[in-house]
Amino acid sequence: MVKKRGITFWLSVAWIALVMTCAVGAGFLPLPAPDQIDWACLATSPDGVHLLGTDNVGRDIAARLFFGARVSLTVGVIAPCIGLVFGSLLGVAAGFYRGWPERVIVGAIDVFLAVPRLVFLLVAMFVFGSGLPAITLALGLLCVPSFARMARANTIRFAGREFVLAARATGADDVAIVLREILPNALMPMVAYALLVMGYVIVAEGGLGFLGLSVPAPAPSWGGMIAEGREVLERAPHVSMIPAAAMFLTVLSVNLIGDGLRGWMDDRESQL
Amino acid sequence: MSEREPLLRVEGVTVVYSVGGRRNVHAVSGVSFALFRGETLGLVGESGCGKSTLARAIMQLPRPTAGRVILDGEDITVLGSRSLRALRSRFQMIFQDPIASLNPIRRVGESIEASLRTKGGKSAAERVRRAREMMTTVGLDPEQHYRRRPFQLSGGQCQRVSIARALMTEPQLLICDEPVSSLDVSVQAHIINLLRKVKSDYGLSMLFIAHDLAVVKNISDRVAVMYLGRLCELAPCADIFSSPAHPYTRALINAVPRPGPCQPLAGTGMLSGELPSPMDPPSGCRFRTRCPRAETRCVMVQPELRQIAPGHLVACHFPLREVAGPDEDHRPLMDRPDN
Repeated sequence: MVKKRGITFWLSVAWIALVMTCAVGAGFLPLPAPDQIDWACLATSPDGVHLLGTDNVGRDIAARLFFGARVSLTVGVIAPCIGLVFGSLLGVAAGFYRGWPERVIVGAIDVFLAVPRLVFLLVAMFVFGSGLPAITLALGLLCVPSFARMARANTIRFAGREFVLAARATGADDVAIVLREILPNALMPMVAYALLVMGYVIVAEGGLGFLGLSVPAPAPSWGGMIAEGREVLERAPHVSMIPAAAMFLTVLSVNLIGDGLRGWMDDRESQL
Repeated sequence: MSEREPLLRVEGVTVVYSVGGRRNVHAVSGVSFALFRGETLGLVGESGCGKSTLARAIMQLPRPTAGRVILDGEDITVLGSRSLRALRSRFQMIFQDPIASLNPIRRVGESIEASLRTKGGKSAAERVRRAREMMTTVGLDPEQHYRRRPFQLSGGQCQRVSIARALMTEPQLLICDEPVSSLDVSVQAHIINLLRKVKSDYGLSMLFIAHDLAVVKNISDRVAVMYLGRLCELAPCADIFSSPAHPYTRALINAVPRPGPCQPLAGTGMLSGELPSPMDPPSGCRFRTRCPRAETRCVMVQPELRQIAPGHLVACHFPLREVAGPDEDHRPLMDRPDN
C-alpha cells in the first residue's frame, strides 16, 4: 500500500536531518565561536583551519552557518505552527458556524491580505523589536490568513459529509464534532501545506536578514551572511554563496518533502 | 400510553430551503404519516422528490421548517438542543453512501464505539467490548475488521459497520435512507436480510427509503409513495402492488422491469416528461403535468390524502380504485384498521 518514494525525497530528508544536526550540535562541534574574528584570515577560501573559509571580517563561515541554521529552523518551524494553530481556530470557526462569524473572519482576512507584507513586517519589527521571537511571531502572523482560508474551505467540505451527520445523529455536540470528526480530516492537508509555508518563511527570514531586519548583529543568520558577503562578492564569492546554497537546498528539501507527503495523502484520499 | 399510539407521528412536516435571494425550494410540503411499533414503512419516489430531506427532517438534521415530529408521544421539533441530543440515541439513521458515512481516517471499530461515547455512563473498555459484540451481530469479524479503516472495507462491509453503529445506542426507530442503492445486487440481499434480522431481534420500527420498488416490496409492511415533496399514496404493501390507486404509483409499478424474454418492454403507462422543479411546483395536484387522468379540477384544487379502502390512503381526485364508501372518506388520516 505504501508507495515507494523517490530518491529525491530521501535526499531531502537526509539534508534536513543534516541541517538539524548541525544546528543542534553547533555548540558542541570543534568550531570557533561564530563572532570570533581571525584577523589573519579575511575572506579566505575553505581550508584546513576554517572548514568553509572565513567571511570578510575573518569569522568562521562554518560556525556562522551552523548557528545561523538555528535561526532559520526556529523561524521555519515555529512560524508555520503559529499560522497553523491560529489559522485553524479562525478557519474552523468560520466554516463550522457560517453566518456572521464567517463574515467577520473572512472580512478580517481580506483586509489583512491587502496590507503589503514587507510593510507589515517593517511595522512589526518596529513594534516588537528585532529579536528572534519577534521575527518568528511576525512571520507567523503573516501565515495565519492562508491557513485560515484553507481550514475554512476544508471545514465546509467536511461539515456537510455524511459521517458528520452520522456523528450528530448519535448525539455528539458541536465540540465533539469539530474535534473528533472535522479537525482530524481538515488538518491532514494543512500539515502538508505547512511544509510549503516553511520554505516560504525561511526565504522570508533570509530576506529580512538581508535587509538587516533579522536577528541583530553579530548573531549570525543566513540572510545576514549573504548580505555581508556582498562586499567581497568578486574576490570571494563563497562568503555569500555558501549560506545561499544552504538556504536553497533547505527550502528545496522542505518543498520536496511536502510534495512527497501530499502525494501520499492524495493516494489515501483517492481510495475513499 | 396505549399500544395503538404509533411510535412515530409525522404531522405536516415541511422543509423549505432558501436558494439565494427570495427563491425558495419546497423540498417537502406538509407530509403526515404514522409509523407503528414493530412496523416497517417503505417510502418510495423518484430521485429528488424529497425522500432523503424528509428522513433528515425526522432526524432533526436539520429541523424541519414547519410541522411536528412526535416520537413516542414527545414532540422532538420543540426540544432544546441539549434534550434533543440526549434523546437522539432512540432514533438512528443509516445513510445512503456507506463509505462516506464513516469518518475516513478513523478505524471502523472506533466509529462504532464512539456512538456510545455521547450517551455516557460506560467505560472505554465496556464500549469496546460492546462494539466488538455488535460487529459480530452484524456479521463482521471484530478480530479482522475492528482496526480497519473505511477505505479498506467494501461497500457492504461499511454498511454493516453503519448498522452496528446505529444499533449501539439501542434505538427504537431506525431510518434507512436508501441503504442498499449503492451496493451490488448480491450484497443488497445480504444487507436487507440483516436489516430484517436486527429489526426483529431488537424490536425496531423502521422507515425504509428506496427508489427500488422490488426492495421495498421485500421488506415493508406498508408503503408510502412520494412525489415532488408530497405523499400521494399510503397503503399496506400488498394493496399498493395489487391495486394502486394513484396514477403515479401505477406508473412506478409499471416501470419495474419484469424478468423473462416474452415480457413486453414497459412502454405502456410510462411517464413522460421530467420531474417539475420544486422551486416552482405545479398548482393543484403536483402530479397533474405528467398525469394521464388530469382534469381541470386537478389544476385548481390540491388533493388531500383520504382513505379509499381500509388503511389505503390516496391523494388524488380521480383515483384508479373506487372509493369504499362516502362515510369512510373523512376518517382520521392516521387511523389504521388494525390486525
